[in-house]
Amino acid sequence: MSGMSKIVKTISNIAFPFVMIYGLYIIAHGHLTPGGGFQGGAVVASACAMILVAYGSVWTMGKIKEKRLSILESVGAISFIVLAFLGIFIITEGVFFKNFLANTNLMFGTTVAFQSTAANINTAGVIPLMNFAVGLKVIAGLFAIVLVMAYATSKIKEGKTK
Amino acid sequence: MNDIISFISAHLPAFVVAVPLLGAFLTPLVSRIGDKSRNIFAIIITGLTSIFALLLANDVFTNGIRTYVFGGDYATGQTMVRILFEIDAMNAFMLIIAAILPFAAIVYSWGFMKEQTGLDKYYTLILLMTAGMLGMMMTGDMFNFFVFLEITSIASAALIAFWTNKGNAVAAAFKYIVISSIGALFVLFAIALYYGQYNALNMAVIADSIPVEMGFVDKIALVLLLAALAMKAAIAPMHMWLADAYGRAPSSVTVVLIGTTLASLYAGFRVIFTIHGNQLEQALNSWTIFGYEFSISLANMVGILLVALAVLSIFIGVFMALKQVDLKKMIAYTAVAEIGYMLLAVGAAIAVMGGDLEATAGYTALKGGIFHILNDALDIGLLFLVAGAVYYTAKQTSINKLGGLARNMKYTTVFFLIGLFAVSGLPPMNGFASKLMIYESTFQINPILSIVAILCSILLLAVFVKVFYSVFLGPKLPKFATAKEVPISMLIAMGIIACIIIFIGLFPDIVLQNVVTPAANALNDASSYIAAITGGI
Amino acid sequence: MIYNIPFIAVAALILIGLYTVIFKRNLIKIVIGITLIESGVNLFLITLGFRKDSVAPIFTSNPDVSQTMSLPVPQALTLTSIVIGVAVLALMLSFIVYIYRHYKTLDVRKVVGGDDE
Repeated sequence: MSGMSKIVKTISNIAFPFVMIYGLYIIAHGHLTPGGGFQGGAVVASACAMILVAYGSVWTMGKIKEKRLSILESVGAISFIVLAFLGIFIITEGVFFKNFLANTNLMFGTTVAFQSTAANINTAGVIPLMNFAVGLKVIAGLFAIVLVMAYATSKIKEGKTK
Repeated sequence: MNDIISFISAHLPAFVVAVPLLGAFLTPLVSRIGDKSRNIFAIIITGLTSIFALLLANDVFTNGIRTYVFGGDYATGQTMVRILFEIDAMNAFMLIIAAILPFAAIVYSWGFMKEQTGLDKYYTLILLMTAGMLGMMMTGDMFNFFVFLEITSIASAALIAFWTNKGNAVAAAFKYIVISSIGALFVLFAIALYYGQYNALNMAVIADSIPVEMGFVDKIALVLLLAALAMKAAIAPMHMWLADAYGRAPSSVTVVLIGTTLASLYAGFRVIFTIHGNQLEQALNSWTIFGYEFSISLANMVGILLVALAVLSIFIGVFMALKQVDLKKMIAYTAVAEIGYMLLAVGAAIAVMGGDLEATAGYTALKGGIFHILNDALDIGLLFLVAGAVYYTAKQTSINKLGGLARNMKYTTVFFLIGLFAVSGLPPMNGFASKLMIYESTFQINPILSIVAILCSILLLAVFVKVFYSVFLGPKLPKFATAKEVPISMLIAMGIIACIIIFIGLFPDIVLQNVVTPAANALNDASSYIAAITGGI
Repeated sequence: MIYNIPFIAVAALILIGLYTVIFKRNLIKIVIGITLIESGVNLFLITLGFRKDSVAPIFTSNPDVSQTMSLPVPQALTLTSIVIGVAVLALMLSFIVYIYRHYKTLDVRKVVGGDDE
């Protein structure tokens, strides 16, 4: 598809960082407020889709090669599985997917008192890290889906058959 | 060294699912290094998965039920709210099937897929399909089963459409994904009904909480669950996706697809035998006629329904296979008939539960049906690999245009003969042992069933002899003058499965005693499945 | 009666979705029908988590610990189901792009059931 007019491009340039920050906020606070990896990733991917619609699929495919998105997606997925495997190997007597950072005093490991309703971002162990990994994968994955579909449809319209 | 072995064997259930998942996510990065390293990486990952699955099956057969809780200690009450894998002898039996098929498929794809593009996505998706299939076979939690079911169906739909230059492969994949997605959504609806009633998603806890007199919502959930799982397992009249999907996918993909279809069939058995195990002998309706008590229990009703569907499957499978011209579609319809055989035996075993035939004919029917799952997976897998080899050499699968291939492809002909004998139930292959048990047990239950079974076996033999004659024997056609034997990796894959078929055929007693009888006992014994979770906290 | 309205909506969504999948001929309408069934099942899952007079299960620094909260588990189940629905939808639409490129039509009676070339 071809891009839209100059006004649309300028406004989407201005709006893009705000939407991205909002999406990353949803990912990062997934263990406290509604949200998490998939929801925040979908918001950021919709911001990227707004850029795609404003600038046209041919220009965007020229700037962002599909290979890089694929590598980003793989990094997100691999870090998720490696975090799950670390539950077996890091602590003694661990199981797969064990939350080995909760209730220790390492990275995300403050203990939450029983029946407390105060929200502390420094809690919940390995869950925020997994939220980041899933969020990265969702951003790359959804953006790749929309980009490839738009690019393929534009190729059909031009008359090329493959 | 002992430490490492005991460490690995303590975490085996997690490794069996996590290793193919990790392999699937690493494949796009490995394939940037080169083609050969990606192929070797895929073979290593599948080989490791098969070894772990066989070790786990061995452990369960010797030591009893194993449970593995994800992310929790074995403290009080924590087991029941977490996702867990529970592996008893029936799961271990399915793990043996899942260990053989993907390894053969990936060894086969080394040679079969050599000149195609887009192969890094192919390997990723096959490893994802393997991980999903293994997760379906091992899980003890209903929602986890739904998630693995959807993973498997999405990955397999993308793989069925692999040859995108042919439009009909993509149309077959579209048909498959529509039917499979609706079926999975109804499975989710039934799981939501169970969750709303009992506030539990764990199979053992649901089995413990269903009252002996089934409520109205429980009956609806059972019907929806059985119908959707039967749709995924290609039981007539919901079998129509199977011919197109199996026939137009690449052959190595079809081999793993067989595993996923049989995993859905296993899930149907798990729902009937374990989750509703306490209600099976409960009388639903009883009348008194001339002073004589008649009562129909849930087992009778479900059993008669399953037997009726199975007979329909066998008839439709065999008669549609008779009129096919395309080699792969004919083998696909044979697969429909064979799934009908499995369901016939197990359905007959369910129908006589609680009666006087249960301990003799019913038990033999159950063992025959379960044994036939293993035999049929191997037979149909071998036949599809041979059909793929024929397509690789001759570039088409229509029987009318093939002929005289036995002169150039000697090994492939031998493998097709082994598959022919096995599928029609002739000795000394493995099909004979399981089909004999099915014939003799269903004859005691109702003679008409065994007449149908024997008749359709003979028709299958006729179909395959005709195919063998027209494809392999006969005069040499001039356009196949330069045809050579297929690459050696494809021969190795076919050889692995053929060796296992011959081994089971020559020594069926070993397999029956050590593998099939514990699986049949585990299916009948719902209370120890439940007690492993709720009793042993 | 007012507490039964979500369940009636679930039944209506699933039935309309089934009608669309069975009786409509355009491929895209079949995909929309599947999305309707999926929305109905997700609504059913969410509705199961509600308890009488409950609030949302979020940390709010509210010192009243006797306030009932609705169950958070069905929300996680629904989220998983929505993610699966997105993936299936993307796959089905990609198949439709290929089918249109090959068969030049979106009528389901001409596409499915075609035989070999």
